[in-house]
Amino acid sequence: MSYWSNTAEDQRAMLEVIGLESIDALFDVIPQQLKRKTPLAIRPGMTELELSQHMQALADRNRHTANSLCFLGGGAYDHFVPAVVDALASRGEFYTSYTPYQPEVSQGNLQAMFEYQTLICQLTGMDVSNASLYDGASAAAEAVLMAINATGRSRRVVTASSVHPEYRQVLATYLAPLGVELCTVPAPQGQVAAEAWEAAVDPETACLLVQHPNFFGYLEQMPAAVEAAHKAGALCIQVFDPISLGLLRRPGDFDVDIAVAEGQCLGTPLQFGGPYLGILACRESLVRRLPGRLAGQTVDRLGRRCWVLTLQTREQHIRREKATSNICTNQGLLALRAAIYLALLGPMGLREVATQCLYKSHYALERLTESKQFRPAFSGHFFKEFVVRAADGKLDERLKEAEKQNILAGLPLGRWYPELSDCMLVCVTENRTRADIDAWAESLLGAQAGTHARSTAGDPVASKIVRTGR
Amino acid sequence: MPEPEKLWYTETHEWVHLENDGSQQIATVGITAFAVEQLTDIVYLELPKVGRQLEAGEEFGEVESVKAVSPLYCPVSGTVIAVHDDLPNHLEKLSQDPYGEGWMIRLAVRDPQPLERLLTYEQYQKQCAEGA
Amino acid sequence: MRNEQATALLFELSRPGRRAVRFAAPDVAVQTTELLPEWALADKPPPLPEVSESDVVRHFTNLSARNMSVDSHFYPLGSCTMKYNPKRNERLASLPGFSQVHPYQPDSTVQGLLACLFELQEMLAEISGLPGVSLQPAAGAHGELTALLVAAAYFRHRGERRTKVLSPDSAHGTNPASARMAGFTAVTVRSTPSGFVDLDDLRRQLDGQVAVLMITNPNTLGLFDPHIRTIADLVHDVGGLVYLDGANMNAVLGITRPADCGADMMHFNPHKTFSGPHGGGGPGAGPICVRSDLEPFLPVPVVARRNGHYFLDYHRPESIGRVRAFFGNVGVLLRAYCYLLTHGPDGLRKVAENAVLNANYLLARLKRLLACPQGDRCMHEFVLTAEPLRRRGLKQPARDIAKRLLDYGFHAPTVYFPLTVPEALMIEPTETESKETLDAFADALEKILQEPLDLLQEAPHSTPISRPDEVQAARNPKLRWTPD
Repeated sequence: MSYWSNTAEDQRAMLEVIGLESIDALFDVIPQQLKRKTPLAIRPGMTELELSQHMQALADRNRHTANSLCFLGGGAYDHFVPAVVDALASRGEFYTSYTPYQPEVSQGNLQAMFEYQTLICQLTGMDVSNASLYDGASAAAEAVLMAINATGRSRRVVTASSVHPEYRQVLATYLAPLGVELCTVPAPQGQVAAEAWEAAVDPETACLLVQHPNFFGYLEQMPAAVEAAHKAGALCIQVFDPISLGLLRRPGDFDVDIAVAEGQCLGTPLQFGGPYLGILACRESLVRRLPGRLAGQTVDRLGRRCWVLTLQTREQHIRREKATSNICTNQGLLALRAAIYLALLGPMGLREVATQCLYKSHYALERLTESKQFRPAFSGHFFKEFVVRAADGKLDERLKEAEKQNILAGLPLGRWYPELSDCMLVCVTENRTRADIDAWAESLLGAQAGTHARSTAGDPVASKIVRTGR
Repeated sequence: MPEPEKLWYTETHEWVHLENDGSQQIATVGITAFAVEQLTDIVYLELPKVGRQLEAGEEFGEVESVKAVSPLYCPVSGTVIAVHDDLPNHLEKLSQDPYGEGWMIRLAVRDPQPLERLLTYEQYQKQCAEGA
Repeated sequence: MRNEQATALLFELSRPGRRAVRFAAPDVAVQTTELLPEWALADKPPPLPEVSESDVVRHFTNLSARNMSVDSHFYPLGSCTMKYNPKRNERLASLPGFSQVHPYQPDSTVQGLLACLFELQEMLAEISGLPGVSLQPAAGAHGELTALLVAAAYFRHRGERRTKVLSPDSAHGTNPASARMAGFTAVTVRSTPSGFVDLDDLRRQLDGQVAVLMITNPNTLGLFDPHIRTIADLVHDVGGLVYLDGANMNAVLGITRPADCGADMMHFNPHKTFSGPHGGGGPGAGPICVRSDLEPFLPVPVVARRNGHYFLDYHRPESIGRVRAFFGNVGVLLRAYCYLLTHGPDGLRKVAENAVLNANYLLARLKRLLACPQGDRCMHEFVLTAEPLRRRGLKQPARDIAKRLLDYGFHAPTVYFPLTVPEALMIEPTETESKETLDAFADALEKILQEPLDLLQEAPHSTPISRPDEVQAARNPKLRWTPD
């Protein structure tokens, strides 16, 4: 199978114009001893039908959120994606175009980038957003590099064990060549103690990297973290959950300097980890240290409003080794999805999703811990994720039991936190119904579960959230 | 305002005006009209802070056009005693009055300067003519 | 035809109280009394626009019509390999069994997906001749950074401290930028006028401090460096490694392998070579392949197989760690996998043959119109110079030609890159274009060069906007909408 159009007749005619006898002659410049004498050892080509059957067979060997109940989170989330997102983002005019080097024929993408940047500023309360980075983890690492450059401090960066472990691993990889010390503040109760931030920051610290809500789902004392950073002349970087901002105060409201996030939750499917969307927004004074593409507004020769890529002198194609980052592309298609998603939800839709996550996750925790087979690992406030401990320590058995019932019941934490080897992280999004949650609890609790069936009397959305603004 | 003929120049298109202020020698630094014209449409300028120690030949800032960025090199060694902070907000001064209102920094010159690295007006004119 | 109302900014379309997607109130009762503390709560939700569902659909549909794309236009953007993006790959990568899989699912629940990724690793190893594969990097530049970190770890492991990374002056800007991020000093090697690495300059720069030479071959001028093996040997002689920037692999698929040319490490750009759509600027992916003794340093995890069971292997003590969260840009990698399976060994070779044939044919047609400083043969792309048109009074002739091509319904070539050619027009037709399209493009360029100069200087004339004021955009950056 193939996608080229040249017929044998075309090839003959083209070779004649070039002045060559054969296709092979096109490759004369490659020394003979470097050329392959045998075909590549990969399977023979397939027709579309054969390929479809092959891929369907492979797909059928995977569990997924449509044939299993997913309670997994940890930075990638099974949120609802409205049909409009798929319909618009699958327009070839968007996804088969490239970086808008020719603004006159790329206004669609450029305006979408500008709208994305604006939506991220509105979402976060920050001054400026770039047009996106690879993912949340690399965005966090890029934010730390920005802070090191902005402060001129390259000795120490402070983070916490409640920040996503893979984000910290990425950060360690990025910082290794610079010889920066990465100090990790413990979070023994699933949260960092407010005073621990101040104790960890010294005058040579470039920044604090805080996640709120944190990897475990719990709130961190943002005001204390921001104060500790600023008092020492360091920057404060917050990793946030975009969905949580339907209810929670925004990074900009806490006066953080840089806000970063994984934007997958904004309309991008899980697809086993990528491609995702790195969100990075900052205060105005840091704009020239931003990595990545930026769309800016201007006018054309007739004075009509339009958009272009701007402040390009920050970037690698101009500044080369002195660029703010080596990043070349943005995640245009995922940024587009996020823009469509945020436009569809609007302020009230975002609040509704966040409220669903909040209530359902709390319902799930209460449901699971009724029987004492599971206990909450921590006592703090959480948003849509929480950590529970298997009282008998046999977490793996419980998870396997649930898996047999097509329930992906939780993420074991022992891989990253040996002291939490009997604990799992549970995420409950709006996609889980009450029946799903009940089934999940029963699968984990076994036979005893039935005796704890619940009634659902009363208005579920009682006034338990202070000031919901309805 | 100093006359271009009386300034010293670098190969990298900075000009420097040297004057004695009683006890010390003061250098005023900017970029030449030729440089401004070559850069076309300057959009951004980054200048150092007062108090910074600079060596002759060291980068002291950057000037950017839409798709190019050029470092600014200090013609003499010394300490920055004044910075034209308003200039980045009035980039038009660079083309309107490069040798006057377009000045960038003043330095207290350290030690007697070896001037042989610098070009005279005539030498600089010749370099520009050859380059163009 | 144009709907200006619908393409007003979302924020201007917004009206208080207008809604699109709604969610019901939660149907669960909870007993916790204070779910969230007062200090953490926002007074009101973020001030996002309030629009209806039909507003959103019409807005973005009309925006899409303001783009050129591969689906709608010939897009000969040099070095970007804008080939046709097969629809079947879109459909197959979107099967729920791939697209709805959580990255932290147990390995036992994702055997089909891991089997795909494992086979992709093996295919990339076969195409490159380099057996160690990491699918983790998110883009080509990310692959460069990852490979340089691998190189740094390799030298550290050997007790060597090397500080320099070399790349030719014609290299993409990501090469020196990646070198610096990986903690190396970026050093430039000169090219000869014919566009190849200047061997004398290379010899001068090579010493025991050189960790890696980054080289793009075929290079950014569309030329295969016939001395590639000599270059690699010179680097190896001083103990350095050769990194191949795989941006231009489309030209040599199945013809020659990077390892046979002396490369020790490389990245692929699946969104170019293997037809992943470019998505308006991303996502891409940047899988890297390395020589076997560099394999222990690759990022975690890699896909491994034991007794017919696939698993993510995290137990790699020499690994550089991670360069991103989760596994990688799986959605992009799956499309590449589909592309490779569609073609097979013969098909891949024919991809390269037709890509090189199309480029040489277009070059043969165009070289009479504009000079090609590097000669009259090329690989998958070529670079013309519009410099002589400056004498006719055009200040930026490459730009003017590019803009005028838009009026003829063609996307412009890459202009002003590589930096070593003045007024460069870099043209890459790819194998998926027909002879008729190439002829139409050549005819258009021929016509344009006979047009009055002001028609070029004022171009484009038929696009939704004329040339934007980039100076104003950069001087007074307006990077978000604000209410007046």
